[in-house]
Amino acid sequence: MSDFVSGFWNIYVVSIVLVSVIGCGVFLWMQSTATHVEGATTGHVWDEDLQEFSNPLPSWWRWLFYITIVFSLFYLAMYPGLGNYQGQFKWSSAGQYDGEMKKADDQYGPIFKKFQSQDVQAVAVNSEAKEMGQRLFLTYCSQCHGSDAKGARGFPNLADGDWLFGGTPEQIKESITKGRDAMMPAKGVKPDLNGDQIKDLASYVRSLSGLTSDSIRAQRGKELFAPACAACHGPDGKGMVGVAPNLADKVWLYGSSEETITETITKGRTNRMPAFGEFLGDAKVHLLTAYVYGLGGGVQAAAPAPAPVAPAEAMPAERK
Amino acid sequence: MQSQATYNYKVVRQFAVMTVIWGIVGMLVGVIIAAQLVWPELNVHEWLSYGRLRPLHTNAVIFAFGGCALFATSYFAVQRTSHAPLFAPGLAAFTFWGWQLIIVLAAVSLPLGLTSGKEYAELEWPIDILITLVWVSYAVVFFGTIAKRTISHIYVANWFFGGFILTVAVLHLVNSAAIPVTLFKSYSAYAGVQDAMVQWWYGHNAVGFFLTAGFLGMMYYFVPKQAGRPVYSYRLSVVHFWALIFTYMWAGPHHLHFTALPDWTQSVGMIFSLILLAPSWGGMINGIMTLSGAWHKLRDDPILKFMITSLSFYGMSTFEGPMMSIKTVNALSHYTDWTVGHVHSGALGWVAMISIGSIYYLLPRLFGKPEMASKKLIEVHFWVATIGVVLYIASMWIAGVMQGLMWRATNVDGTLTYSFVESVKATYPFWTIRLLGGLLFLSGMLIMAYNMFLTMAGGKAVNAPVLAPAAAH
Repeated sequence: MSDFVSGFWNIYVVSIVLVSVIGCGVFLWMQSTATHVEGATTGHVWDEDLQEFSNPLPSWWRWLFYITIVFSLFYLAMYPGLGNYQGQFKWSSAGQYDGEMKKADDQYGPIFKKFQSQDVQAVAVNSEAKEMGQRLFLTYCSQCHGSDAKGARGFPNLADGDWLFGGTPEQIKESITKGRDAMMPAKGVKPDLNGDQIKDLASYVRSLSGLTSDSIRAQRGKELFAPACAACHGPDGKGMVGVAPNLADKVWLYGSSEETITETITKGRTNRMPAFGEFLGDAKVHLLTAYVYGLGGGVQAAAPAPAPVAPAEAMPAERK
Repeated sequence: MQSQATYNYKVVRQFAVMTVIWGIVGMLVGVIIAAQLVWPELNVHEWLSYGRLRPLHTNAVIFAFGGCALFATSYFAVQRTSHAPLFAPGLAAFTFWGWQLIIVLAAVSLPLGLTSGKEYAELEWPIDILITLVWVSYAVVFFGTIAKRTISHIYVANWFFGGFILTVAVLHLVNSAAIPVTLFKSYSAYAGVQDAMVQWWYGHNAVGFFLTAGFLGMMYYFVPKQAGRPVYSYRLSVVHFWALIFTYMWAGPHHLHFTALPDWTQSVGMIFSLILLAPSWGGMINGIMTLSGAWHKLRDDPILKFMITSLSFYGMSTFEGPMMSIKTVNALSHYTDWTVGHVHSGALGWVAMISIGSIYYLLPRLFGKPEMASKKLIEVHFWVATIGVVLYIASMWIAGVMQGLMWRATNVDGTLTYSFVESVKATYPFWTIRLLGGLLFLSGMLIMAYNMFLTMAGGKAVNAPVLAPAAAH
C-alpha cells in the first residue's frame, strides 16, 4: 500500500532524495578540485589577527564523506527509502514484525498450547504453568495490579477473595479477554443531591462496614441511600457481581476515608481494564487465567467442581 | 586609524554574566531530577515533581544557559569581525530583557504544569509569541551589523551564527503552530504521525542548529583567538558549513525509528544521519587542527583546554549519533539511558565546555582586566568538569546498554526474562554515579561564578574602540 495520496508525491520524494544525496557528493568533488596553497593564508584578516589557512580538505576526511554517500545510495537500492520503491531486499518493518512473530509462534506456541486443553483449575496447580503464568503476569499485568497482584488504589487486588466481576475461571478469563469498563455516575441515580446530603451518604456508607461515622448523619444518609444508590449497590449495600461493588465489606478500591467517599459520590468514578484477548491470544490468556485463579481468590463454578488435580478433560462440556 | 566609536559591550556583558547564572540554575535543576531518580521520595510537591522539573531543566540549560552564551558570543564576534558596532542597540537591549523575561516565564509556567507537551518546545503559545519577537529582533541586530560591516568578506563564525539564527526562526515558527484554547492552553496544528514528524524535525534541528551550528560559530571565533593561530582550512570551513546545514535538515526521522512513521521516511532520516558524520567532523578537525604548531599552549592554558576538550567531545558525540541512527543499533539504544548519555556528551562535553571557555575569554575583556582573577581556579574548573562529564556519560552508556539487553532478554518459553521494574532497579547504581558526575559539573560552574565575581569586583565595564580593518594584502 502506498503512503502517498497521489503519484506526484512518490516522484517528488524519489527525486529530492536522490538529488540531495548525489548533490552532496558533487559538491564535495567540486570543492576538492579548487586550488590551494598549503601553509599560506587566504589573505583575509579580521579583528586584528583572525586568519584562515588555504589548506586543502584532508583526504581521509574526503573519503569518509564519499563512503557515507556511496553507502547511502546502496542502502536506498536495498531498503525502502525512495518513495514507493520497496528496495531489493523487500524489507519492511511490518514484514519483519510478522516474520518475528511467526517464528516466535512456531517456537513457543506448542509450549503454551499444551496447557490450553487442560482445565483452568488443573493448570492453576501445575508448577511449570505457574512459573510461566507469573512471567506473563509480571510483563502484562503488574504495571497496574502490582508484582504481588495485590493491586493499588484504583486497581483491584487479585489475590483476595473479593471480585468485582467474579472469580470463576470463566469470569476471570472474560475479564482478561474482553477487558472491563466500569462507571459509577456522579451522585448515583439522584443527580439533585446537595453537598450536605452527600456528606450524610458518606457517613452512612462508612457505617455499613462498621467504620466510625456521625450517627445522625448516617441516619439521614440511610434514607438517601435507597433512592440514590440501591439501584446498583442493592438495598443492603452489598453490591452485585459485575454491577457494583460491595460497600459493606472491608475492601475499598479508592479508599474508605470520608473525604474519598465524598469525592466518589460527588464526581463518580470511571475505570477500565484494557482487553488483552486479541493481543495475547487464547493460549496465553488461558495460562494467565489459571495464574490469577490460583493466586488464592479463585472461586469454583457453581456446579460441583472436581478436585483441582482432576484429569484435564474432566469437564469439557462446562466450559463455554 | 581608530575611530572614536566603541563596540557595544554592554549587552555582551549582560548576556555573559547571565550565562553563568543560568548555567548554575539549569544544572542545579538537572542535579535535583537526577537525585529524584535515585531517591523518588524527593518528589515533594507536584510543582517540584520530576515530570515538571525535567522540561524546566532542558529549557534552562539549552535556552537560558546556551541561549545567553550564544547571544553574548555572537554579539561580541559579529561586531569585532564586522569592524562595526552593533546595529540597533535599542533592539539589542530588548533581546536581552525579552530573553530574560522568557526564561523567567518558563521557570514559572513549567513547574505549574503549563505545557504544550512538545519536547524542547514546551512553552505555551503566549511565550512562543514573545520568543518570536525576540528572535526576529536578534536577526535584525545580527544581520544589520553584518550589513554595515566595513570589511568585504564575512568571517566564517558569522556564517554559522547567521545560519543558526535563520533556521531557529523557521523551526520555532513551524513547530509551534498551534490553536490557542485559553491563555494557558493550546493544541498543536498537526495531528498524529505528522505531529510527531514535525516535532522531531524541530527537535533534531534544535540540536543541529541551536546546539551545533551556533556553537560552531562560537568555536570559529574563540578557538583561533585563544590559540593565536589561523583557522586550519578555509576550504574545509566552506564544505562542512554547507554540508552540515543542508544535511541536518533531513535527520529528524531517526528519532522515530520503528514507529508509525512510514519505512521510507525512517530510512531517509537514517542515511542523512550517516552522511552527517563527515560534515560534523569537519568542524572538529578545523578546530583541533587550528592548534597544530601550537600544541604546547595546551599545557598551561586552561581556557584552551576547555575548548579543545569540547571539540573532542563534539567529535565523539557526532560519531555516536550517526551510529545510534542505524536502525539495528537504535533497536537496542532507543528509550534507554544511552540516549541520555549521548545527549549529555554533546550538551556538557561540547556545548557547555566551549561556552565556558569562550566566556572565560570574554569576561576580562568586558570588565577591563588583563585576565581572569584566578587562572588556578579555571584549571580546577576544567578538571572538575571533565571528570564530571566522563562519570556522567560512562554511567549512562553502561546503564543504557544494560537496559536495552534486559528489555529484550527472553526465557525458553518466549516470555520476558525481566519485568520493567527489574531494569529500573538494576539502574540505580548508575543513576547514583550520574548524580555524582552532575554534581561535579555543577560545582565547576560555582567555581566559575566565584571567579567571575572576583574578576568583576576589581574591574570596570569597558567598551573597546572600533578597529579599522587591517589593510588588504
